[in-house]
Amino acid sequence: MADEMTERIPVRKTYKLFIGGAFPRSESGRSYPVADADGAFLANAARASRKDVRDAVVAARKAFPGWSGRTAYNRGQILYRIAEMLEGRREQFAAELRATGLDGAAARAEVDAAVDRWVWYAGWADKLAAVFGDPAPVAGPFHTVSVPEPTGVVGIVAPDGPLLGLVSMLAPVVVSGNTAVVVASEPAPLPAAAFAEVLATSDLPGGVVNLLTGYRAELAPRLASHEDVNALDLTGVPDADAKPLAEAAAGNLKRLFSRPADDWSREPGTARIRAFLEIKTVWHTVGA
Amino acid sequence: MDVFEYAPAPESRDAVRLRASYGLFVGGEFTGGGGAPFTTVEPATGEPLAEVATADAADVDRAVAAARAAQTAVWGPMPGRERAKYLFRIARILQERSRELAVLETIDNGKPIRESRDVDVPLAAAHFFYHAGWADKLGHAGFGPDPRPLGVAAQVIPWNFPLLMLAWKVAPALACGNTVVLKPAETTPLTALLFADVCRQADLPPGVVNIVTGGPGTGRALVAHDGVDKVAFTGSTEVGREIARTVAGTRKRLTLELGGKGANLVFADAALDEAVEGVVDGAFFNQGHVCCAGSRLLVQESIADEFVERVKARMATLRVGDPLDKNTDVGAVNSAAQLARVTDLAAAGEREGAERWSPPCALPEHGFWFAPTLFTGVAGAHRIAREEVFGPVLSVLTFRTPAEAVAKANDTSYGLSAGIWSEKGSRTLWVAERLRAGVVWANTFNRFDPAAPFGGYKESGHGREGGRHGLAAYLDV
Repeated sequence: MADEMTERIPVRKTYKLFIGGAFPRSESGRSYPVADADGAFLANAARASRKDVRDAVVAARKAFPGWSGRTAYNRGQILYRIAEMLEGRREQFAAELRATGLDGAAARAEVDAAVDRWVWYAGWADKLAAVFGDPAPVAGPFHTVSVPEPTGVVGIVAPDGPLLGLVSMLAPVVVSGNTAVVVASEPAPLPAAAFAEVLATSDLPGGVVNLLTGYRAELAPRLASHEDVNALDLTGVPDADAKPLAEAAAGNLKRLFSRPADDWSREPGTARIRAFLEIKTVWHTVGA
Repeated sequence: MDVFEYAPAPESRDAVRLRASYGLFVGGEFTGGGGAPFTTVEPATGEPLAEVATADAADVDRAVAAARAAQTAVWGPMPGRERAKYLFRIARILQERSRELAVLETIDNGKPIRESRDVDVPLAAAHFFYHAGWADKLGHAGFGPDPRPLGVAAQVIPWNFPLLMLAWKVAPALACGNTVVLKPAETTPLTALLFADVCRQADLPPGVVNIVTGGPGTGRALVAHDGVDKVAFTGSTEVGREIARTVAGTRKRLTLELGGKGANLVFADAALDEAVEGVVDGAFFNQGHVCCAGSRLLVQESIADEFVERVKARMATLRVGDPLDKNTDVGAVNSAAQLARVTDLAAAGEREGAERWSPPCALPEHGFWFAPTLFTGVAGAHRIAREEVFGPVLSVLTFRTPAEAVAKANDTSYGLSAGIWSEKGSRTLWVAERLRAGVVWANTFNRFDPAAPFGGYKESGHGREGGRHGLAAYLDV
């Protein structure tokens, strides 16, 4: 009767964490308000706690044997599936990015670049061993081969850019079989939280990627000092804050990487893949 | 011992809609051919399946022109990351239509559905998936920062793995920025023509993939065409020689994947049950229509009698018959002509003094069939030890020492594959280092993967397909 007079009230989404393939709120019950570029309220994002960091690392560690044990071909298929799922949600992510202040064209371009980034890394899965490994021509009767292997659980502190930076840091970590704990952009966490929905529908095993929103200053030090994290990508950390984190990371000799991109849309090269690889050399005797 | 009989488990033919006649695929359109059409036959029954157009010289000319135009205007200039997306699409569509492709392959080729379903089609899709990933990473492949494509590739493929050989040819060519004119084998054109439809579903730009069907005349016209930059051939060594002569003195690049006379070397310390499986699979997989088949068994003398008995016992459990039955291990020989060749070589084996054995096995009345066959008492000079049978025939020889095993394995003009069965790793590697073969499997056989290069030494051809090394065949490097 009054249909044309009644405005439909949108159903809002609750933005949550992504840990072990599930979407919990912070165990602390905390959240923080996220505003758009004009300062208007968008949503309350979950404000992860130290305990959430620990839970996320446990989930990542648990997922590591399975994920790194998959065939490279299978990992490539799953990364490509992520691209397919993201492509299907281009409108949603363009809207998420517009809310962070990008204009329409820039938002669409960033989403497209993020899709293409996954496609690019998907193709690396079954090639990186051929490109970064090699037989070692040792001077003796040995069959000796050096093969790249994933380093383990990688902590990622994402940059403030909401989507492409995150994707560009995450894909090279997981392509080789690492699992990840990501601290999303603090001022613009919503696209990252929404991106977890893409991961959750891409055949990616739960726990391979764990995504936390919250205060970087609170979460990054916990990740840096955690004894069961093997490597840390601090690209999203301002230079001034990086030194104490690097010092904390020295406790268990984490591999450290930090390379801010002035332009995330450029083809990334292989530095980020190599940063999270170990090289294992296997010797075997040769003789009749 | 009582054994339960298998109930028939026939795969439905409904997944496939055969047309009465098929045309060429040129410039993105199906067209007629100038030559007299030919009939493709179902090997399991001998019944005709469909009529297929024959491309004459003018048709080949059209196809090469379409490929050139597409290469120059569209495919060559397209950024690798966009080419990649088309290849990913093709990979996905092959996965989506896998049932249809597998049934059609089995009907047209005669191979067991279990194999076309579990090997041919998934590997074909994997090949496109793998090479899609290279399209935008060629600068990382070790051939310099920006390797360029060759141009138009003429590709001629055999009938033993029709769709898979198409994938081995088309995927790397396209990934590297070339366009192709492909000629499928005369006896197995149907999955290639279905692949043309896959290209259309993928919206692949017209002319990037062109398919010309026909007999040897079509192949000759294609290979000899002045407009092609690259010739890639998989097939017999005899035809490979003819092609090498045709290409001699031209600027065309050439890769050949030809015949083989692969040896399986079984040492006394091998895990014998596994070795038996590997040897039987190596010889009878795909009716022995495999260029890398382990058609020679070299077994250490101390275990030879016992091992041969075990192989015979395993052969007796092979199920030969209806290729569409999911229980079938060995299907139909692909053609009457191939059956005649296999029959002739087996007869020569007997004439030359080897002892012939086949398990009791009832063969279907119609179609082309050959029972799995084993020869003992084979000497290195016998034709069945030297010539590629390309059928379900295994020749047994013996050796005493690793050095003798290597010498006998290498005593062939071919050099495609070999298998080593031993629980001693150091010896396996010692033997592998000395085998003059492009692929050596240890404690396994007939493994294929797009990430692993495949190809032969000596008269088994030159060039590799698959892996980083396979890209060189389609780049100007």
